[in-house]
Amino acid sequence: MEKRVTFKGWLLPLLLVFPQLLISAVFFFYPAGQAIWQSLFIPDPFGLSSQFVGLGNFEYLFGDRYYRASFFTTALFSILVTLVSLIPALLLAVIADRLIKGATTYRTLLIWPYAVAPAIAGVLWLFMFNTRVGVVSWYLGQLGYDWNHVLNDNEAMGLVVVASAWGRISYNFLFFYAALQAVPKSVVEAAAIDGARFWRRFFSIVLPLISPTTFFLLVVNIVYAFFETFGVIHTITSGGPQQATTILVYKVFSDGFVGQDLGSSAAQSVVLLVVVGLMTVIQFKYLEKRVHY
Amino acid sequence: MNFKIKPYALSTIAASVLLAPTAYAATEVQFWHAFTGRLGELVAEQVDTFNSSQTDYEIVAANKGNYSETLNAGIAAFRAKEQPHILMVFEVGTATMMGAKGAIKPVYEVMADAGAEFDAGAYIGSVKGYYTTTEGDMLSLPFNSSTPVLWVNKDALKEAGVDPDVDMSTWQQVGEVLDKVKAAGSDCPLTTAWQSWIHLENLSAYHDTPFATKDNGFAGLDTELAFNSELQVQHIQTMGDWAKEGKFMYAGRRNEGGANFRAGECALFTESSAGYAGISSEAEFEFEVRPLPYWEGAKGAPQNTIIGGASLWVMEGHEDEEYKGVAAFLNFLSTADIQSKWHQNTGYLPITLAAGKKTRLDGFYDENPGTDIAVIQMTAKEPTANSKGLRLGSFDQIRGIIDEELEAVWSGDKTAQVALDSAVERGNQLLRRFERANQ
Repeated sequence: MEKRVTFKGWLLPLLLVFPQLLISAVFFFYPAGQAIWQSLFIPDPFGLSSQFVGLGNFEYLFGDRYYRASFFTTALFSILVTLVSLIPALLLAVIADRLIKGATTYRTLLIWPYAVAPAIAGVLWLFMFNTRVGVVSWYLGQLGYDWNHVLNDNEAMGLVVVASAWGRISYNFLFFYAALQAVPKSVVEAAAIDGARFWRRFFSIVLPLISPTTFFLLVVNIVYAFFETFGVIHTITSGGPQQATTILVYKVFSDGFVGQDLGSSAAQSVVLLVVVGLMTVIQFKYLEKRVHY
Repeated sequence: MNFKIKPYALSTIAASVLLAPTAYAATEVQFWHAFTGRLGELVAEQVDTFNSSQTDYEIVAANKGNYSETLNAGIAAFRAKEQPHILMVFEVGTATMMGAKGAIKPVYEVMADAGAEFDAGAYIGSVKGYYTTTEGDMLSLPFNSSTPVLWVNKDALKEAGVDPDVDMSTWQQVGEVLDKVKAAGSDCPLTTAWQSWIHLENLSAYHDTPFATKDNGFAGLDTELAFNSELQVQHIQTMGDWAKEGKFMYAGRRNEGGANFRAGECALFTESSAGYAGISSEAEFEFEVRPLPYWEGAKGAPQNTIIGGASLWVMEGHEDEEYKGVAAFLNFLSTADIQSKWHQNTGYLPITLAAGKKTRLDGFYDENPGTDIAVIQMTAKEPTANSKGLRLGSFDQIRGIIDEELEAVWSGDKTAQVALDSAVERGNQLLRRFERANQ
């Protein structure tokens, strides 16, 4: 039998959740409602007139082959960013966890990149890979590789992925490091006495034990790749070449704030809202079952 | 025109002597612009000169980011009912502003209401044409206008064994030069800035070929793009072939190629005449300005090129007294002194005939050969319906589409015909949406 604690009355609980509800209403429900409402119109940029088009904006969007391609681009981009930011972070955390001397110094140094804003990170990476003055592209040129992310799709994608993931490695490192510290030493030692080698212990014991953290980071990183990488893409590729790095959220921006097409932009945010909602449901329904708390 | 300057000068002295420290209750006029760096300083100087020349009005200038960001700031401010009096909008935003009846106050109306002296005939036809209705009413005041020209690195040509004074009036001749420069081992015989503006929009006007139907959009919102005709396809295909053969190096969508040219890496560079300020200060080689090449044998070529840049729009919703200040400031900006100085400092075109004349009389063109090429190119012929300019809705986005499709040609993914057909089709969808939003 599960024990349940119950409280009498409803005023106090309501009062306690009220601030949170208010914040959600003002910063989430109201703007989301506005976006849904706006997605049914084609307004002019100045808000002087607008035409009701029903689902016309959505029809227009899904009739556009480039918009459909943007889903694939977004998926590829998010998966790559998540992998590139999670795997090195875990590796670094494992190494830092085994350090005896100077652990704090390493830890601090590894956290630094997180303090760099995405747009600035974008510019830094752009400098290194600039086709004309970039240090890295110059060395690649010496090795006989002609780096040109301005025209090459894959290079452009690779560059924005690395630039987006770089700062996140720090963030993920911090969480993995804390999780590793929390793994009971006795379990690991018992396995060691049984003759399990390091990697065996890591995959069979440590990894399952830190799975809640991994799951949390997976969700957070996908959300990051979806919404917060905008600055990196804007500074490095502006969505090009062709539309190779135009992810959904970048298209919302460029249609709304460059093209002044607010109807289409609103419809895209609604689509984005649905996509993220679905993904979160899927993650919690299927992935969470494999997570052991 | 010169006699107008004296009262300004006198009142400047009077103002500085009598009223300098007291901030009298001058009427404030907000002016949002998109200039930073050297251009920002020059704008600030113009504003200071105006403010100290009289005491009735105080122009408050503010930078709001780049062109797109400034337009957005203006739109957002209008929605919040806090719009500035004067907003700088780049030329591709013209149709958006024209469509915003109720948000803008046409310049000719501002001038008439304020009782200010205003002669639309004083402005250069091909400059003002971009911002004028088909009835000839000027809607916004041209501020900075430039046109594309061919920049030549004479040292690079010499190095490649090409006569640096070789005739490059036509693209055929340019092609021959590129062959030689490439054969001499250059990595960058030709590069460009603003590919859509130069190699499609100006190409079309220069060859008297429509870029879009309905007089390039001037005659109606139901315009359709038409830049996939033979001329444009042939030009883009040639450029694509040059890219494949390493004779044309693509550097980016905006003016990234400028860095390569200024560093001396490229022999030829198609860029705005306003590139003058940067190139003259940075280039450590002998450079020259040439007219934009045209295709030999194309009917009507060379016509005139069209402008790029920005104009000043007056926003609706302010007091009459403030509009008088706006009118006074706009008239001040149009004076020959201010304009010729702007023209000489920046490489932007003078907006009035008087300013062009003054620059010539000052001897500036003799001292800086080639700086008048852009003016000549713009004014040599009376503009036709195909070379008056472009007035297309959502044009910033359409340029984005064109950039994408051109990149596909430069990388060899698409032929020019396929890419331009696709750009026309995608762009037309945006034009139809704009038409619906502005019915």
